[in-house]
Amino acid sequence: MQAFLAITIGCLYAGAFYLMLRRSIVKLLLGLGLLGHAANLLIFATSGLVRFAPIMTEPGAATPPRVADPVPQALILTAIVISFGVLAFSVVLIKLTAAAARTDDVDSLRTSEM
Amino acid sequence: MIREMLLVLPVLVPLAAAILSVPGSLVLQRRAAMVGLTGHLVASMLLLAVAARGEVFAVQLAAWPAPFGITFVADTFSGLLLASMSLITWLVLLHSTASIPERLQRLTFFPLAMVLLAGVSGALLTGDLFNLYVWFEVLLMASFILLTLGAERPQLEGGLKYVALNLIASAFFLTGVGLLYGSTGTLNLADLSRRTSELPLSFPRIAAVLFLLLSFGIKAAVFPLFGWLPASYHTPPAAIAALFSALLTKVGVYSMIRVGTLLLPQPPEALTNALLGVAGLTMVTGVLGAVAQTEMKRLLSFHIVSQIGYLVLGFALYSVAGLTGAIYFFVHVSVAKAVLFLVAGELERQYRTTDLTELGGSYRTSPTLAAACFVGAMGLAGLPPLSGFFAKLQLVVATLEREAFFSLVAALLVSMLTLFSMCKIWAEAFWKAPTSARVAAEDWPPAMRFATVGLALLTLLLGTFAEPLMTLAQQAAEQLLDRQAYLQAVLGGP
Repeated sequence: MQAFLAITIGCLYAGAFYLMLRRSIVKLLLGLGLLGHAANLLIFATSGLVRFAPIMTEPGAATPPRVADPVPQALILTAIVISFGVLAFSVVLIKLTAAAARTDDVDSLRTSEM
Repeated sequence: MIREMLLVLPVLVPLAAAILSVPGSLVLQRRAAMVGLTGHLVASMLLLAVAARGEVFAVQLAAWPAPFGITFVADTFSGLLLASMSLITWLVLLHSTASIPERLQRLTFFPLAMVLLAGVSGALLTGDLFNLYVWFEVLLMASFILLTLGAERPQLEGGLKYVALNLIASAFFLTGVGLLYGSTGTLNLADLSRRTSELPLSFPRIAAVLFLLLSFGIKAAVFPLFGWLPASYHTPPAAIAALFSALLTKVGVYSMIRVGTLLLPQPPEALTNALLGVAGLTMVTGVLGAVAQTEMKRLLSFHIVSQIGYLVLGFALYSVAGLTGAIYFFVHVSVAKAVLFLVAGELERQYRTTDLTELGGSYRTSPTLAAACFVGAMGLAGLPPLSGFFAKLQLVVATLEREAFFSLVAALLVSMLTLFSMCKIWAEAFWKAPTSARVAAEDWPPAMRFATVGLALLTLLLGTFAEPLMTLAQQAAEQLLDRQAYLQAVLGGP
């Protein structure tokens, strides 16, 4: 499970950077989304990959020997909400930019640097 | 109790002012912003007054004990930055009431500026790494909208680069947080500092610190990650650029210094050498970019990059002298750069352009503006008795102490080139014979005049009465390197 997750996270990072290095403005956005997922999954992996063991048990019952750390899950929840909001803003920004510049080629967006 | 309140008020007051005034009219939003800012200024001045006595104080939010809940901490460093940023924001927003077109002000400009200030205050005061990420996102979100306010084409294109690179920086930040939590099991900065000094150095922790430094490096715009800054900062109105230059990149460097000093008590030689190299290259490439520019706001944007190099230099030296210089430099450069951006704002109002080749003769038509520009420009270049001189002197002394001669040469050379490009602004915009008629003939609005002259006077004061600020900066630097007071305030115990 751990190896599988590690490879998945690695693929997500690689895919994100591949997409962001493309010239299309839409692929840039998709890359940013993937990058956020990769970071979130990495944090998730730090909670310990334990199945079926909640940290809260019924009163009197013995605590399971290994439980997943709930803190990273709370962190990811926060990060997901934030990146959702930021991504929504980016979609609008990219739509407006593409409409103003009449192109989806990132390399030709140079008006502000002339 | 009062001290605990002081720690949360700088976040709560502007946030409340923003939220409560959003549905209201523009007049209400403007008033709420001025009230919120004044509250923020009073709170942060009081905070600085307590911190200046050498105390580090903390509050555990919702009374969760230290490593588990969110802690807010203030020491001299954060108090000093908070107070100076608060004062600059107050004056810049006063300027913006007259300088930003009403059409743009209506797009919730004032509430957004308040949210930005709340985010910056949170980032300066928090003692928790994940909470720092959250405050970064708060201030970034506000800055995204402020930067693209009005949605002109250059703004959108510059804004796209700014947004994309900052989102990448945030993802790197999260990666660093994940690796750090996985290898230490805590995100409280003081707790991290204590544990990292006990645990042996491991690969995930080195990777985590590098990811964090990379993320702060993008946000602070250091070489070679500064591409987004000169592409975007000159596109919004001058007052917004002044606000950004005083708050945004500075928070990046602040986080770098705060996290760096806490997590790396004895940094490896290779890392400090690399940072010294980065600092030198940031200074040189920034100033070379500035020398080539003829558009005033773009020129100033490149100078922001160059000045960031000096701040990173002070951090990379990792000594009391170096950090003292960096902290003094923080205050000096925020003020001097704000003066110059506000001068650019007035020139923009008069001529509808800030291209230096089209300006000229303002020395005769606006002598007060010329004087303010002269003080700001020479202050930034570092001519005595203005503030930049003492900041650079302290940094030069620190580089000599460490025998970092390449950095010394870079710092002095960059000073020369800064002086050159400041002279270019002065000569082109003010001294040269007029090249085109002014568009706006009416007088300088009082709000803009007060803000610009006020900040110019502040530059003068910081230079002529440098001693108290330098003492405070030294106290802040000693606290940063000693760490004990910080750990004790957050975690309690010995």
